[in-house]
Amino acid sequence: MSDLFTRRNLIITGLAAATGTAALGVTALLSNRYNLIPPDYGGIYGLGETLTYAAQRPFMARQSLAREFDRNEISKVAPVNGEPPEIDAYQRLLAGDFADWRLTVDGLVTRPLSFSLAELKRFPSRSQITHQACEEGWSFIAESTGVPLSYVLDLVGVRPEAKYVVFFPFDDFWDSIDMLDAFHPQTFLAYGMNGRELPTRHGAPVRLRVSRQLGYKSIKYLSRITVTDTLDDIGKGLGSKGAELGYSWYGGI
Amino acid sequence: MLRGGIMESKRHSVLVRITHWIVALSFFGLLVSGIAILLAHPRLYWGETGAVGTPSLFDLPLPFVLAHSGWGRYLHFLSAWACVLAGLIYFIAGLFTQHFRRNFLPTRGDLDWHRISNVISEHLHFKPSHEEEFWRYNVVQQLTYLAVVFLLFPLMIWSGLAMSPAITSVFPSLVTVFGGQQSARTIHFFVTNFLVLFLFVHIAMLCITGFRTRVRAMITGYGGGKRSSHE
Repeated sequence: MSDLFTRRNLIITGLAAATGTAALGVTALLSNRYNLIPPDYGGIYGLGETLTYAAQRPFMARQSLAREFDRNEISKVAPVNGEPPEIDAYQRLLAGDFADWRLTVDGLVTRPLSFSLAELKRFPSRSQITHQACEEGWSFIAESTGVPLSYVLDLVGVRPEAKYVVFFPFDDFWDSIDMLDAFHPQTFLAYGMNGRELPTRHGAPVRLRVSRQLGYKSIKYLSRITVTDTLDDIGKGLGSKGAELGYSWYGGI
Repeated sequence: MLRGGIMESKRHSVLVRITHWIVALSFFGLLVSGIAILLAHPRLYWGETGAVGTPSLFDLPLPFVLAHSGWGRYLHFLSAWACVLAGLIYFIAGLFTQHFRRNFLPTRGDLDWHRISNVISEHLHFKPSHEEEFWRYNVVQQLTYLAVVFLLFPLMIWSGLAMSPAITSVFPSLVTVFGGQQSARTIHFFVTNFLVLFLFVHIAMLCITGFRTRVRAMITGYGGGKRSSHE
């Protein structure tokens, strides 16, 4: 008989287990209340994802800024994964220099609107030189120019019950971010890179830049933006195409 | 403790045993998933940036395999949480119970080059270990465990956090002290190598000194028979 199973130890273990279960329940309620649970929380791996997201969010609520760099630190090589969308709708717009391209913003907003590239370029712009890392391990530093997403969201008027902003590109890789990142000063709709137009393979005409997450969250070839309070009814309900393929919804790492 | 009529003494506390096996299991998860992630881009760089088309610090003789980095990353972070939480409990308890001070801190007399080289040469000649060594760590073990607990694991966590764009936005110095995100990645890789080297030696020493007895001691707490002589 081991000393593990004395009556005293059993009582202590029982009390500890009960306290632990109660604490878990309260934690779950609070986490839900403060939006600390990511859409891909399910399954065995979801536990790690939830812990990471819930642990990082409170620190980042003060809208910490991703590091910015000097112009002379811009990388000479900026690789990219994937090819531009092959579908006709995109290829036609590309051939016409995106003159007919429009970005629709709808969902839980007071004034659904759509914007041409020229209109986006007339809005107050922001340029930043930041580090962009691919989940594979490589990285580069580049300057991005565009309009802050918060400016566009304020134009359409986000309703108070909104929880996520969803991005639909011309390819399958739709994705979403929470309101904390959507209104982050370094989250913007980028149409320029290193002082020039955004190169086609980098997501022309407009890509998202989410500076505090890995590169795959910066969705390319944008077509439509939707504001929502639930991700359950989009795709498999995991919050992104990436999460359906095994890449965490939250890419802050 | 009475066990089969013989008084037995305890080798490892219950807390050390539980956290040891959680860390062992999660370290295995971290290693397997870490290799899966590394295979997506088996090149290492120094500084802030690095990619195919830029000079590397060195290229590992491994193929580029993209297929595993998705589940690899999920498993890496799940294991990291298990490892860090168990490690934290072990660390705090070790400070409170004086585990580190009593068992890991070498005495002034032990910190002698002759004694250290003696222990190393005995081990290299596969001399059977002294009876007292079941109960007490020798000076080489003490220094090794100190390095693993106070240097390698903290460096591993630190260099891991330094690769997170979210965390470095809050604490930029985590990455700038390494000289950049790619340097942190490279250090993460090198510290892994030291931990794997430790693991190999750790298991080799178990096999040499009596695998069953020592593994039983880490599972049940017992296994060395009655503690003789001193104490």
